[in-house]
Amino acid sequence: MTLYDQLPALVVVVLLFTAPITYMLRLHGFPWFSAMAAVVTSFVVACSLAATTIGGETIIYEMGGWPAPYGIVLHIDALSALMAMLITGASSAALIFGAKSLADEVGEETAPAFFAAWLLCTAGLVGMVITGDAFNIFVFMEISSLSTYVLISAGPDRRALISTYRYIVMGTVGATFYLIGVGFLYMVTGTLNTADLAERVGQVEDIRLVLVAAGFVSVGLAIKAAVFPLHSWMPNAYTFAPNAVTVFIAAASTKVSLYVLMRVDYAIFQNSIANHDIQLTFFLVPLGVLALFAGSMLAIYEKNLKRLLAYSSVAQIGYIALGISMTSVAGLTGAIVHMFNHGLIKGGMFMAVACLALRYRTVNVANLAGAGKAMPWTMAAFVVGGLGLIGVPLTPGFISKWYLVLAALDEGWLGALLVAIILISSLLAVIYVWKAIEVAYFGEPRSNAVPVTEEAPLVMLIPTWIVVLAGIWIALDTSVTVGLASIAAKTLLGVEL
Amino acid sequence: MIFETFPPALILLFAAFMAVISRPNARAIILLAAPLITLWAIWSLPDGVLITTRFLGYPIEPLEVSPIRRMFATVFTIMAFTGALFSFRTAKTAELGAAFAYASGAVGVSFAGDLITLFIWWEIMAIFSTIVVWCGGTEASRRAGIRYAMMHLLSGILLKIGIEGVYVHTGSLDIQAMLATNLDTWLILIGILINAAAPPFSAWLPDAYPETSPTGAVFLSAFTTKTAVLALILLFPGEQVLIWVGLYMIFYGIIYALLENDARRILAYSIINQVGFMVCAIGIGTELALNGAALHAFAHIIYKALLLMSAGVVLYRTGMRKCTDLGGLFRTMPVTCICGIIGALAISSFPLTSGYTTKTMISVAAEQQHLVFVWYMLAAASAGVFLHAGIKFPWFVFFQKDSGLRPKDAPWNMAAAMIFFAFLCIALGIYADPLYAMLPNDAIVPVYKPEKVVFYLQLLLFSGLAFFLLLNYMKRTLTITLDLDWIWRVAVFRAGDVVYDACTAARTAMEKTVMSFLKSGQESLDDLSERDGLILRATSATGLACLYAMVLLTLYILVYYLD
Repeated sequence: MTLYDQLPALVVVVLLFTAPITYMLRLHGFPWFSAMAAVVTSFVVACSLAATTIGGETIIYEMGGWPAPYGIVLHIDALSALMAMLITGASSAALIFGAKSLADEVGEETAPAFFAAWLLCTAGLVGMVITGDAFNIFVFMEISSLSTYVLISAGPDRRALISTYRYIVMGTVGATFYLIGVGFLYMVTGTLNTADLAERVGQVEDIRLVLVAAGFVSVGLAIKAAVFPLHSWMPNAYTFAPNAVTVFIAAASTKVSLYVLMRVDYAIFQNSIANHDIQLTFFLVPLGVLALFAGSMLAIYEKNLKRLLAYSSVAQIGYIALGISMTSVAGLTGAIVHMFNHGLIKGGMFMAVACLALRYRTVNVANLAGAGKAMPWTMAAFVVGGLGLIGVPLTPGFISKWYLVLAALDEGWLGALLVAIILISSLLAVIYVWKAIEVAYFGEPRSNAVPVTEEAPLVMLIPTWIVVLAGIWIALDTSVTVGLASIAAKTLLGVEL
Repeated sequence: MIFETFPPALILLFAAFMAVISRPNARAIILLAAPLITLWAIWSLPDGVLITTRFLGYPIEPLEVSPIRRMFATVFTIMAFTGALFSFRTAKTAELGAAFAYASGAVGVSFAGDLITLFIWWEIMAIFSTIVVWCGGTEASRRAGIRYAMMHLLSGILLKIGIEGVYVHTGSLDIQAMLATNLDTWLILIGILINAAAPPFSAWLPDAYPETSPTGAVFLSAFTTKTAVLALILLFPGEQVLIWVGLYMIFYGIIYALLENDARRILAYSIINQVGFMVCAIGIGTELALNGAALHAFAHIIYKALLLMSAGVVLYRTGMRKCTDLGGLFRTMPVTCICGIIGALAISSFPLTSGYTTKTMISVAAEQQHLVFVWYMLAAASAGVFLHAGIKFPWFVFFQKDSGLRPKDAPWNMAAAMIFFAFLCIALGIYADPLYAMLPNDAIVPVYKPEKVVFYLQLLLFSGLAFFLLLNYMKRTLTITLDLDWIWRVAVFRAGDVVYDACTAARTAMEKTVMSFLKSGQESLDDLSERDGLILRATSATGLACLYAMVLLTLYILVYYLD
C-alpha cells in the first residue's frame, strides 16, 4: 500500500497524533507551530481528497483492514471532501491568522494544552464528516465538543466560563439525543455502519422505534447546529471565545452538525420511512423561517459586534435548513454551497472583527466610530463580507442564494412564500450589516476614547484578505464548490450523476 | 483591434479605481480622459453579440451591441465626462470614484446581452450610487443613503427572483421583449420600475437626490432611472400597464414639485415627471413611441444634469437650496442663471430646444395610436412641467425677491460643464439629425410644423401667464409634504420595534416560568457563583433551551405518529 492509499486516514490521523506532541512541547511558539503545521498538512490532504471525489468517485477506506459491517470504514464522497476542506481550511486560516491574537489572549502557560485542544477539535470535526459509522460519528462529536469547550473557556473574559457552561449543557443534551437515536437504530437493525443501516432499516417492520430514533437524532443535531430556537448556547460562546477560536468555530463547527443531519436524514431515514421528506420539510421549514426572522431581528438590535455576527449566523443557518428541507437537487446544492460559502464569509468577517478588537480593545459597535478611516483595509474586508451576507452579486452569498431561490421557485405556493421570506431576510441583513458600517465610516469617535490610528498588523490583515479574496474567487469560479455540491446533492438524493 | 470586443464599462470601472488611488493632478486627467476613451470604444463596437461566456453554468452574453444600446451608452458616457468636468475640483475623491463606477454600471447595463449580466451591473449601480449619496457628508444624506440602498437592493432582489423564475419556466436568459403575464415577468417589471421611481416607490428619488453633495446629484440624475428606461425599452415594449404608470408618474412629479420649497427637490420630482413621459411612451410601444422614449431619455439626461448643475452651483456658492432663502441671484451669477434658464426651457419643451423635439415625438405617437385621453394628459402635463420646472425653478432661485445674497458666479470648470450642456440643449433642438442617426429605425416625424409650434407656444405662454397670476399661491412656505415613503421611513421601523418588544416580552415571560421551577435550587447555586444570579440566569436560559428541545422532540414524534 502506498501513502496515497492512506490519505483518507491521514487527514484525521495527522491531527490526532500531533495533539499529544503539541501538548508536550513546552517551548515558546512551538505549540502554535506544530498545530499549524498539522492542520495545514491536513488541509492539503483534504484538498487532494476533494480533487479525487469531484469526478463523482467515493473513497471507502477500511480501518485496520476490517471490512464494512464489522470494522469501521471511512466513507469519503464529494460532500465529505467539501466539508473536510472547509474544516481544515478554516482551522488553518484561523490558526495562521491568530498567531498574534492567540498569544495575547491565551498566554504562554496554557498554550500547549490550548493548541492540543485545537488539534483535537479539528480532528473531531473532520472525523465526523469522513467516518462511515454512526457510532463513530458520536465519538468524534464528543472529541470535538470537549475540545471546543476548552477552546472557548480560554477566552480572556470571565464570562467565557459561563458561556462554556451553557454550551456544555446544551452540547451534552444534543450529543446524548443523537446517541439515544443511534441506540434505537442499533436495537432494531443490529448495525452501526451507515451504508448498512440505510439498507437494513428499510426491512424493519415495527417502524415506531425508527420514528422515535429519527426524532432524537434530528433534534439532537439541531441543537448542535444551533438551529433556532435551540441556538441559545451559540451567541455567547462566539462572543467570549478567543477571537481566532470564534473564526474557526463560526466557520466550521455548526456546519458539521448540519452535515450529519443531512447525511442521516437522507441516507438512512429517507430510504426507509415513507413520507420522511414531508416530515423533514414539516420539521425544518418553520425552524428555518423562524431562524431567518429571529436571527436577523436579534442581530439588528444587538450592540456587540461579535454577538451581532453570531445572531446573523443563526439566520444564515436558517437558509441552510431551508435548503435541506426542500429535498430537491437545487435545494440541497444551495444548502451545501451555503454551508461552505457562509463559512468563508463569516470566517472573514470574524477575522476583521478580531483585527478591530486588537486595536480598539472592544467590539461594542458604538465604540468603533472612525474605524473606516483608521483601519481602512480591515473595514473594507468587513464590508465585502457584509455584502456577501446580503447576497450581492460577485460575492459568495449570491451564489448560494441563487440556488436556494431556484429550488424554492420549484416548490409551488410554499416556494413562493419561501422566496418572499428570503427576500425580506436579505433586506434585514442590510440593516444589521449597515449598523456596523454606519458607525465605522460615519460615526464621530467619542471624545474620551483613545484614538486609534494604526491599521491591524500585516500578519492578521494578509490572512483576512486571503479569505476575503478566496470568497470572491469562489463567487466567480463556482466549478469546485458548486461542482462538489451538486454531486453531493445528487448522491444524497440517489439521483443519477 | 481589442476595442472591437472589449466591454467599454470596464474602462470606466478601471478609471474609477485608478482615480481613487492616484494624486489629484493625475486624477483630473484620468477622469476627463477615461470617458473619451470609453466613447471611442463604444463607437468601435460593431453590432451584435460580441462576447459569450459561461457563468454559474449558464451561457451569458456580457457584451451585446445594438443601436439603441449604443445610444444610451453614449449619453451615459458624455454624462460621465461632463459630470467629471463639473466636479473634479470640488468633489471628494470617494464621490468621484463611486460616480465613475456607477457610470460604468450604467454602461454595463446598456450592453448586457442577458439577464444575469444585466442584474450584476444593476447591483453595481445600486452599491456605488449609494456611496455617491453618502458622500453628501451630512447626517441627512447618511440616513437617505441607507433608505436609498434598501430600495435599490429590494429592486435587485425582485429582479433576481424574476430572472430565476423566467429561467426556470422558459429556460432562456436572453434579453428579449416580453409582457408582464406571470409572476416572474411581473417581478422583473416591478424590479425595473422601482429603479425608474414608479409608484408606489417614487419617493426614494426626491428623498435621496437632494441630500447629496452639489456635484453628486448631477451624476445621480442621469443613470439609475435612465438605465431602467432602457431596460423597459428592451424588455417590456408595448406593455399596456406602463402607459398608466407613466401618466401617474407625470402628474405625481408635477404636483409634488409644485408643493415643494427645496430647489433641488423640485428638480428631483421633475425627474420622476420626465421619466413618466418615457415610461408612458414605452407603454404605447410603437416604433415611433420607443424612438421618442429613447430620444427623450437622451435629451433629458442633458437638460436635467444642466438644471442640477445650476442648482449645484447655487448650493456650492451659497450653501442654501430653499426657495424661501434664495432669490435675486441673477445679478452676480449670470452664467449660472442663463444656463439654468436654458435647461428650464429645454425641460419645458420650448421650441428650438432639445426637449421640444423629443417630447413632440411622444405625443405624436399617442396621437397616431388614437389614445385621445393619453394625448390630452400629455398636453396638460407639458403645461404643468413649464409651471414647476420651467418657471418655478429659475424664478424663485434667480429672480423673485432680492435675498441680499451676492455669491460669486460658477468656477471655470463648472461654468464650462454647464455651457457645454446648454450648447447641446439648443444644438439638438435646432439640428437633431445626429440624434436621429443613432436610432435603430427611421420612425420619426418632422417636429417643426407651424401648427405644432404654435400649439406649444400657446400652451407654454398661457401656463406662464397662469404662474404669474397665481404667484401668491405659488410662494412656498417651509412645509413637509407627506408621501408614501412614510411607510418605510417610519411605519416599518415602528412595526419592527413593536414585534421585537413583543417577542422579548414573551421570552422574558417564559424565562420567568422556568425560573420559578428553579427557585428551589437558587441558594445552592448562589453559593457557586461569585456574581449573584449570573449562574442562575445562565441556568434558566439553558433550562429554557432544554425545554424547547423537549417540545420540538415531542412535536416531531407526535406529527409522525399522527400520519
